[in-house]
Amino acid sequence: MTFDMKQFLLTFFEESFEGLDVMESALLNLDVGAADAETINTIFRAAHSIKGGSATFGLSQVSVFTHSVETLLDEMRNGKRAVTRDNVDLLLKSVDCMREMLQAARDGGQFNADKAAAITTELEIVLGKIPGARSPSVAKSQDNTATGHGWKISLVPHADMLKTGNDPIRMFRELQGLGKLEVKLDATKLPALVDLVPEDIFISWDIVLRGDATLAQVKEVFDWVEGDCELNIVPLGVVATTELAQQDSAASAPGTLTAVPKPDDRRHADDRRASPERRGPAATADAGSIRVAIDKIDALINMVGELVITQSMLHQLGTEFDMSRLAKLQEGLGQLERNTRELQESVMRIRMLPISFAFNRFPRMVHDLSQKLNKKVELKMSGEQTELDKTVMEKIGDPLVHLVRNSIDHGVETPAARRAAGKADVGTVHLNAFHQGGNIVIEISDDGAGIDKHRIRKKGIERGLLAETDVVSDERIYELIFEPGFSTAEIVSDVSGRGVGMDVVRRNIKDLGGTVDIRTELGVGTTFTIRLPLTLAILDGQLVRVGKETYILPLTSIVESLQIKRDSVNIIAGRSEVYRLRDEYLPIVRLYRLFGQNPDSEQLEGALLVIVEGDGKRIGLLVDDLLNQQQVVIKSLESNFAKVTGISGATILGDGRVALIMDVAGLIKSSKDLPPQSGTKDWISKNATVAA
Amino acid sequence: MSAAQRNDAEMASTVQQDTEQYLTFILAGQEYGVDILRVQEIKGWDKVTPLPNTPEYVRGVINLRGTIVPIIDLRQRFRLETISYGPTTVVIMLKVLSEAGQRIMGVVVDGVSEVYNVSANDIKAAPELGEHVDAEVVRGLATVDGKMIILVDIDKLLAESSLLAVKK
Repeated sequence: MTFDMKQFLLTFFEESFEGLDVMESALLNLDVGAADAETINTIFRAAHSIKGGSATFGLSQVSVFTHSVETLLDEMRNGKRAVTRDNVDLLLKSVDCMREMLQAARDGGQFNADKAAAITTELEIVLGKIPGARSPSVAKSQDNTATGHGWKISLVPHADMLKTGNDPIRMFRELQGLGKLEVKLDATKLPALVDLVPEDIFISWDIVLRGDATLAQVKEVFDWVEGDCELNIVPLGVVATTELAQQDSAASAPGTLTAVPKPDDRRHADDRRASPERRGPAATADAGSIRVAIDKIDALINMVGELVITQSMLHQLGTEFDMSRLAKLQEGLGQLERNTRELQESVMRIRMLPISFAFNRFPRMVHDLSQKLNKKVELKMSGEQTELDKTVMEKIGDPLVHLVRNSIDHGVETPAARRAAGKADVGTVHLNAFHQGGNIVIEISDDGAGIDKHRIRKKGIERGLLAETDVVSDERIYELIFEPGFSTAEIVSDVSGRGVGMDVVRRNIKDLGGTVDIRTELGVGTTFTIRLPLTLAILDGQLVRVGKETYILPLTSIVESLQIKRDSVNIIAGRSEVYRLRDEYLPIVRLYRLFGQNPDSEQLEGALLVIVEGDGKRIGLLVDDLLNQQQVVIKSLESNFAKVTGISGATILGDGRVALIMDVAGLIKSSKDLPPQSGTKDWISKNATVAA
Repeated sequence: MSAAQRNDAEMASTVQQDTEQYLTFILAGQEYGVDILRVQEIKGWDKVTPLPNTPEYVRGVINLRGTIVPIIDLRQRFRLETISYGPTTVVIMLKVLSEAGQRIMGVVVDGVSEVYNVSANDIKAAPELGEHVDAEVVRGLATVDGKMIILVDIDKLLAESSLLAVKK
């Protein structure tokens, strides 16, 4: 067939890579010794579809290779072979090899044929077969010896067999390779042309195969249609019927419909396969495509429908408007606003994907890495269904990898060390994700050795990042590990220790408008907490007024707002103002000074102070008024101008004016540089620690 | 292509090669010119949203049909005496090219003047201009109808580095 197979090929690759991911994660879930039958089935099914697809698309190397894998899986499934660590590792290696082969096929590149051959040999050794046997028998049991006569096969396809991409002609061709073939067509069920559904198949065949083929060889030909047809294979001359494949009795077809299968029918079948009707785990890693759950699209369509109705109502109102209908107009406008907001929310939701897409790679990585480092690590994951923006997800992948690698390499100790410390042999790395306000929080925690702050301090002094005499807070010391080139690892391995990575981690997270914090306790473990905005385009904002201007504070950075009480204000060194809030001393930043505005009043007493938090630090911002809260669309300042300290972007308010969005972390940083506060910040935080 | 068409095309290209069109504006009595192909539009002065932590001459940003556009006061940029904005005060929206790509910026001037055809031969290199104007932002001087026009290189004038100079 010469019609364009490319699009189907793409779908096939997409599905195959998903299938490989499924195989991989299921293999990692297999309990050695006590394997769950359903898990093995899952792996088997995935391998099976890859084999089928690759055979259909002429990727014979992949299908032959996958066949050996499948054979091993089949024996495991039937309980003929124990699920051992070695077998699982071999299967994992095979999955890698299949992925390489498929990638090579997709990109037109070369895969490592030697490696594939080596793994094939390994598989065959495990299977106890002579190396080089091209089509291994699926099962040695049953009446499988060659009869010397041949087989009588009756094939009655279910109506929808073609939709799975199976073509009887292909099967017949394969049978032809096994011996002399006689095919008899039974077209009695063919309906009148008017009733004909061209995508369904309603003819059946009686086949006689003469030759030395074994039952297993014949069965293999029909591997793909198992469950999609009724198949009887009996040795020639034997009258008894052996039912081999009949699982889906419900699929029997309405008797009036029949179709003549032409080669073209396969196109219809493939069209179906290519259409995005299968939902399942969405999203592909490649360029800019996204698979969206159908219910999200439906919600969107409903919303647009409502918008159209509102629009036509307003239009009608507008053509015959007089002041008596003002209330109606306002009501209509209110409805329009609701529609717009809902529409906006659903459009944003389309870009939201569960974070499991970022998490999925970790089981394998942890498995490989722990073996390489001779450590025992268990990976726990929770909150995989937490959704976040696709763009954010793509950019958070690498930082997460770095952090997990670090946890395993630096965090979790060797089994011996763990035993000596009175811990269980197996260390735990826990990935957790959840929503908090408008943020997504991702935690990577381990129960390892923790971070030795004295060692970091020493290293920091060595590298000149700290002076010997500096008295700094613990947070400041832990922050050093994010410095470029900073590493305390004694041996540089290919896993970590080069000191690149952590600075990249922090930079990537900052670029996304997020923060990363460390919590660690020596001997108990370390937790990295990443906070990210759910989306990059829209932000929940608190509008505040300073002088004549309106500014926007991200709602998520606000801790609380209060009216200043005179006796809680302290002045340090005659210059810096701090506010005592419970047990904390917070620097007061007079925003009007920072922004060059004329305030309503310079009096602190009774003025509004907004406590904000960023980068783990808190300050109080003095504002003239708190206005309303609203969602704002973030517009970049940098596209036409440049990055401005303390400002993360701008937005356009309802009246068309531009309002600036404050960058809280930047404000906190720059507030240190302001003359009134310089040099006192450390003093305050030290004091605060003492007070706490 | 017929001979006549080719002729036309050649003539057009000669015109393009030899003369450029400049939009001129007035700043403290002096006429300045910018390449007219860089002018996106001309607007009246309107209120801006001030930007903190930027030099004095960055007046702020405005909403230009949904994008945020910075506005630069050219009198302040050239360290001329400032005047209050009047009815002739206009903002010229310019397309500024930089390594990062094209940016739109507005410059506040006393008023727009004319559009001149200036041939390349008429452009003279700028002499030492004293302390009011940075020599590097002047592309050259042109004489049209007996008047001197200062041709401004807006890419240099509005380069990012100059916009972020520390506020004194």
